[in-house]
Amino acid sequence: MSASTEPARPRRSRSGRVVRGFAGLAAFLLAFEVLGRAGLVSRDYLPPASTILLRAARQLGEVHFLTSVAATIEAWAVGLLIATVVGVPLGLLLGSVPGVNVAAGAVVEFLRPIPSVALIPLAGLLLGSGLQMKATMIVYAALWPVLFNTIYGLADTDPVAKDTLRSFGFGRLAILWRVDLPSAAPFIATGVRLASAVALILAISVEMLNGMGTGLGMYISEARTGTGSAVTVLACTFWAGVIGLALNALFVAIDRRVFAWHRARTGATT
Amino acid sequence: MTTATADRTARTAGAAAVRKARAPLSRFLLRWAVFVCGVAVWQVAASGAENAFFPPPSKIIVSLRDLWFSGPAAHLWLSDKAFADLLPSLGRMLLGLAIAAVIGIIGGLALGRSQRVHEYLDPLMQFFRAIPPPTLIAVFIVIFKIGTEMEVATIVFGTVWPILVNTTDGARAVDPLHLDTARVFRFSRTRVLFRVIIPDSLPKVFAGLRLSLSLSLILMVFSELVGSDNGIGYQMTNAQGAFDMTTLWAVIVMLGILGYVLNALLLIVERTMLGWHRWANRLGE
Repeated sequence: MSASTEPARPRRSRSGRVVRGFAGLAAFLLAFEVLGRAGLVSRDYLPPASTILLRAARQLGEVHFLTSVAATIEAWAVGLLIATVVGVPLGLLLGSVPGVNVAAGAVVEFLRPIPSVALIPLAGLLLGSGLQMKATMIVYAALWPVLFNTIYGLADTDPVAKDTLRSFGFGRLAILWRVDLPSAAPFIATGVRLASAVALILAISVEMLNGMGTGLGMYISEARTGTGSAVTVLACTFWAGVIGLALNALFVAIDRRVFAWHRARTGATT
Repeated sequence: MTTATADRTARTAGAAAVRKARAPLSRFLLRWAVFVCGVAVWQVAASGAENAFFPPPSKIIVSLRDLWFSGPAAHLWLSDKAFADLLPSLGRMLLGLAIAAVIGIIGGLALGRSQRVHEYLDPLMQFFRAIPPPTLIAVFIVIFKIGTEMEVATIVFGTVWPILVNTTDGARAVDPLHLDTARVFRFSRTRVLFRVIIPDSLPKVFAGLRLSLSLSLILMVFSELVGSDNGIGYQMTNAQGAFDMTTLWAVIVMLGILGYVLNALLLIVERTMLGWHRWANRLGE
């Protein structure tokens, strides 16, 4: 709407933003390159940016690297899917039945402070190092964001809408389905997006600690001990960042498309 | 005049806190009751099943006491081993978090107040933030070798982003009315920073700190699991190698206690520092 009133200014400032963003990136890469070539730090430890990016590009043709990434993504997808399928109904239950809420709050309060990675050694002994173990750890860690956002979303439901349906004789489940769930959906989507980042972290952590099996974490652990290790490890870090960004962008895009009505209603800009 | 007002504010806020605390007391008791019941069920089930992987809580508590809480009362019952295991871990964690907080808060205030700097650095920050911290451990092991520097560097790099991003958000969202008021009163730039911008950003800063606190605990354990020669994570690696399930569980419980206590401490600091904030907002309504 504002595009018709002042079309030039926003567009110019937006392209300026993109240019400045690229300038920042270029400056960083240049500084990295100069630092790497100047010999202040040993090249074995901190290779120049061009060497790392070249190595990263070459990794795309490496079968072992690609299968490792695929294994990590597989564990991420399976874990996130289970966490969502379990977390959303559980959140709906906890958020809508007061008695259950308080009781489960206790369990949640005492389980949540346990750092997820602390369970990896135990899970490793119990479940080995396969997809089952990775998925279990991912589900444990990724469940929390989904669960909490579902509960927050339920608390945010418009009470008038619920009362309206109630006065028309709708039952509790019908109200949950027609009012609570749609109104909590944007919050749930945010929870799943956060859980996705957690799931990726856990997948790589588990693979690094296991010392067996396949995955990006395992690939990094192997590269660490090999020759020219810094270049390969930094190239993997680059790809890990790209994967993290891509997954986040995917969820943001879905969010924008599906929940445009929500942003329109609340006037949120992001 | 200011002391009198502050005093009254504190007293009113205190009264409100008492009133607020009384209602959740039954909730608090109920939660602990559920927790105790849960542990009791676990005890009965585990003693019945006699599965080596799931020792009963009674055994875990004994192991926990033998490991770390068998010292003299003068040392808060902490044993020498507790000092040897817990202190290095906690020290590294808090050092890493402190460095991350300084960088994150100063950087966030600067980025939040300067749109231009923010535009230059935003894509770079988004990328660094998207890197899963465990991959960085490998980078830092290559650079620093295994040891304290590697662990602190990992914690700093992993925990700085939530603080930085949240502080930036907070500093960007400073109420323009407050800034205008400060301008009318001809506040100096430093005074604006300390009296307007920082107080307005604090709630967001604490939101970031809370996220980073739990992240720092995770990264502390993870970096010690990957490579260290002392600390809680090292204890865990040993127990795993020896198939000592009871110790493994004891370490997990200890980490849960640490996470709980640290989070509670941060909440207390936050409430003390932000008491005025809630009060001021209520006045505004």
